[in-house]
Amino acid sequence: MNMETREVNGTVVVELHGEVDLQHSPKVRKLLMELMLDRRDVLVDMSRVAYIDSSGVASLVEAYQMSRRNSNRLTLVAVSSPAMRVLQLARLDKVFSIADSVDAALGG
Amino acid sequence: MMLDRLFPARPDRLCDIRRAVAEASDRAGCDPDTVHDVVLAVDEACQNIIRHAYKGGDGDIRVQMECRPGTLVVRLIDFAPPVDVAAIRPRPLDDLRPGGLGTHFIRTVMDEVAFLPPPEGAGNLLQMTKRIGEP
Repeated sequence: MNMETREVNGTVVVELHGEVDLQHSPKVRKLLMELMLDRRDVLVDMSRVAYIDSSGVASLVEAYQMSRRNSNRLTLVAVSSPAMRVLQLARLDKVFSIADSVDAALGG
Repeated sequence: MMLDRLFPARPDRLCDIRRAVAEASDRAGCDPDTVHDVVLAVDEACQNIIRHAYKGGDGDIRVQMECRPGTLVVRLIDFAPPVDVAAIRPRPLDDLRPGGLGTHFIRTVMDEVAFLPPPEGAGNLLQMTKRIGEP
């Protein structure tokens, strides 16, 4: 799994590539929690997530909860079909803010 | 038997287990969505073995898959002390918090999940079945 971050108009875009599993989700959790602690607005681009498990979903949930407490923004973007399946199984597809694309999320 | 392999019970080997299970499910004629769900259930069950049976210590997981008419059968055998089955239950989903989702995923995507008496020398045997279309 790889992570890339870039900044667009003050919003941090985190791109996740590959398999977000028990081995790699701690890195995702650490990055997202650091960004949440800094009260950054974050878009998580999930278009290239080939697989995500419960530990990966838990990392997103934890970051989401902190974003709510800190009143900053955490939006999932272009969620791949395997990742959406897992969010639906967890019934989190209606909990997270989800956008179709980075442009749509930034424009919206 | 479509698959019968021993894997080290380590987070960095879960990708090997997922790949082997995906290949076997595909050979069994599962559609891509079913392959994903079976892989997810096996991955989550193996994580439970790593965390709760071996408690992060060394050990192996034997992964067996077999195709019966209309049904895929997965058996995960570990060599850890027997786990307290009553303590493994999914949490209510309306309680939004990280963690505890794995068991919910397993029970949602598989048709039957049961701990069976393990073979001689093993600690636990988890059997999961999934109804599939005929290949």
